[in-house]
Amino acid sequence: MSVNWRNIGLFAAMGVVLLLTGAFQSWQLALTILNMSLISAIMALGVNMQWGYAGLFNVGIMGFTAVGGLAAVLIAMPPVGDAWAAGMIGSDQPWRFGIAGTLLGLMLGVATILAAVAVYKRMTPGRLRGAAIIGVIVAGWAVSRFFFAPATSAIQAVNPASEGYLGGLGLPVILAWPVGAVFAAGAAWVVGRISLGLRSDYLAIATLGISEIIIAILKHERWLARGVNNVTGIPRPVTRPVDLQPQPWVQELAARLGWTVPETAAILSALGYALLFTIVLAILIWLAEKALNSPWGRMMRAIRDNEVAARAMGKDVTRRHLNIFVLGSAVCGLAGAMMVSMDGQLTPGSYEPLRFTFLIWVMVIVGGSGNNWGAVLGAFVIWFLWVQVEPAGRWLMETVTANMDVGSELRRHLLDSAAYMRLLTMGVALLLVLRFSPRGLIPER
Amino acid sequence: MDPLSALITLTNFVLIPAFAYGSQLALGALGITLIYSILRFSHFAHGDIMAFGTMVVIYTTWALQSAGITGGGVLPTALMAIPVGIAAMVVYLLVVDRLVYRYFRQVKAKPLIFVMASLGVMFVTNGLTRLFIGTSERRFEDGQRFIFSVREFREWSGLAEGLALRSAQAITILAALLVMLALFWFLTRTKSGKSMRAYSDNEDLALLSGINPERVVVITWVIVAALVVTAGTLYGLDKGFRPINYFQLLLPMFAAAIVGGLGSPIGAIVGGYVVAFSEMGITYAWRRFFSHMLPEGMAPDGMMQLLPVDYKFAVTFAILVIVLIFRPTGIFRGKSI
Repeated sequence: MSVNWRNIGLFAAMGVVLLLTGAFQSWQLALTILNMSLISAIMALGVNMQWGYAGLFNVGIMGFTAVGGLAAVLIAMPPVGDAWAAGMIGSDQPWRFGIAGTLLGLMLGVATILAAVAVYKRMTPGRLRGAAIIGVIVAGWAVSRFFFAPATSAIQAVNPASEGYLGGLGLPVILAWPVGAVFAAGAAWVVGRISLGLRSDYLAIATLGISEIIIAILKHERWLARGVNNVTGIPRPVTRPVDLQPQPWVQELAARLGWTVPETAAILSALGYALLFTIVLAILIWLAEKALNSPWGRMMRAIRDNEVAARAMGKDVTRRHLNIFVLGSAVCGLAGAMMVSMDGQLTPGSYEPLRFTFLIWVMVIVGGSGNNWGAVLGAFVIWFLWVQVEPAGRWLMETVTANMDVGSELRRHLLDSAAYMRLLTMGVALLLVLRFSPRGLIPER
Repeated sequence: MDPLSALITLTNFVLIPAFAYGSQLALGALGITLIYSILRFSHFAHGDIMAFGTMVVIYTTWALQSAGITGGGVLPTALMAIPVGIAAMVVYLLVVDRLVYRYFRQVKAKPLIFVMASLGVMFVTNGLTRLFIGTSERRFEDGQRFIFSVREFREWSGLAEGLALRSAQAITILAALLVMLALFWFLTRTKSGKSMRAYSDNEDLALLSGINPERVVVITWVIVAALVVTAGTLYGLDKGFRPINYFQLLLPMFAAAIVGGLGSPIGAIVGGYVVAFSEMGITYAWRRFFSHMLPEGMAPDGMMQLLPVDYKFAVTFAILVIVLIFRPTGIFRGKSI
């Protein structure tokens, strides 16, 4: 295996840029960028599996990361006992309330869909079948609402200012990472079953839709994760800076380095995350490289490059596509869970497709689709730009407006709009790479 | 039991709003379908292009208003600004085509590369719109607000239920109808329109018979500009202008185009109305309707709302999935590349 000095050089340059950020701006900023870059790199890795290995165009990344984030809440938050039993005590129909009613309602909902599918498959096509399907759906919907509606409204009424949801299982937050991956894989399986095998554009529209729906569910179903009220204070895998500050060794380190204690604690905490994320990323990239260079990976690329030929060789293209779609989405879900556990909060309102779907795409394309290292480098470069373009834009606008009247409307408008420079920059970066270097920074071998 | 009141409630809260919304979606979906059949890719920048064009219209409207030129207190001033918006968008789209898409046509890139490029255009356009006008909501509706209001209707008919028709809704429905008729006349009766249809049906044969592909592309962008600016302005008059809302129209517009059959103009229109009526119907609380329709004492106690309004995307998506499963080419048998 030859050592690729060019790629090592690119990564080294990125490292130097981050070090310079630390030296000239602040080490905390550099570490924040580093940590989010690592998470973005994992997302980009997931997208690269789908796009780079198999040519699948998934624009539902936001949904899969959000589902992963939900896992962090459901696994790590302490259970809200009152909500689990909400309305059950003293009721003559306890099965309509609390956790029992919610689960019954959900199970009946799933059973309805399965029944409708069964009717569709068993009955002969015709008007009768259509009527039967509609009947099953209407009846099933009414029955599941009968349990679901009173149960969830009772849960939401439990201490709504701080709780009003079921809470989680109170397990260690690290467990949420694999569980987040499993959640996203489940969602991806459903989407994939529906839309793979159809044209490539349809997958794009379907995933765009499912991601919006997932966000709508997270925002609206308050019994699940408090919806737009956000869940905060999710346990963290790394000791919080506040808890690090009183430690004698932290104070000693701060004194030796000449930094303030809070700053030292924040940097140590961020370093802890960086270490954890790097381990996860390293494992994933090792697995991804192994997979890419295995017979399975060669088959995937064969399918991507010529579907008809691969089909003629007896490969089940749709099934392989489903495999890789579920795998890639699981990786995105893992990254989503990691991000929520780093932030310590789940804020459904902050999930925007531009930030969580399309930005990841820019990373993959700029980095080099089909190459795992490319996706990682793309994530670092693009996230760095995303963070740094805003202050750069502000500086630019301040320079432009320096001679203007302080109270001028135009000056205020220009200064306010500096934040949107980053969208412009991302678009220009994507278009330039597509046009002049379509294989990206680190091309596929 | 009072079927008339039930019908009036339904018209007021579902039929009129859905008809207006459906017209806006249909115009947007027509643009998507045209780009798909001529340039052969899914245009993801459509929502943001729409926002950008509407922004030009808004600034022109403000300029006209401050110059004292208005719609005379009857029609919204924005209608006069639409031609300016269209002209600006024609220039913008042609420049984008020259800088971005033409290269990929020349190297015969795969459709998904075009989609990627349209993502880039989406980012740039989105950034420009926010840079120029910001993200907050802008209302630019002026002129007479109602054709008839709830109070006027009650006095005129003597009924308890009210019905209102907002000017923006009436203008939307009428304008959309006119634009659609003009488009169909163009596509079926003019030489350029016929050459577009020929190019869309069979590229090689069209080239063989001397149709200039670059000219077809230019015409397509001009029509798309007109459709997008009209749709965006009508939507803005009806519901107010916020860039993020226009971005989010992308999904229902695509759903409309696919449901109707990608590449089929009639399909795009029908799809627009199907999506709009389903969205409205499923997220509407039917209690009032049923309390009029059913005999006394049988009035439902629930809201009779199938899904909360937050799930309108889910409705769009469900229609899309149903069509994808049962009839992947859409209602009007669009093309499948």
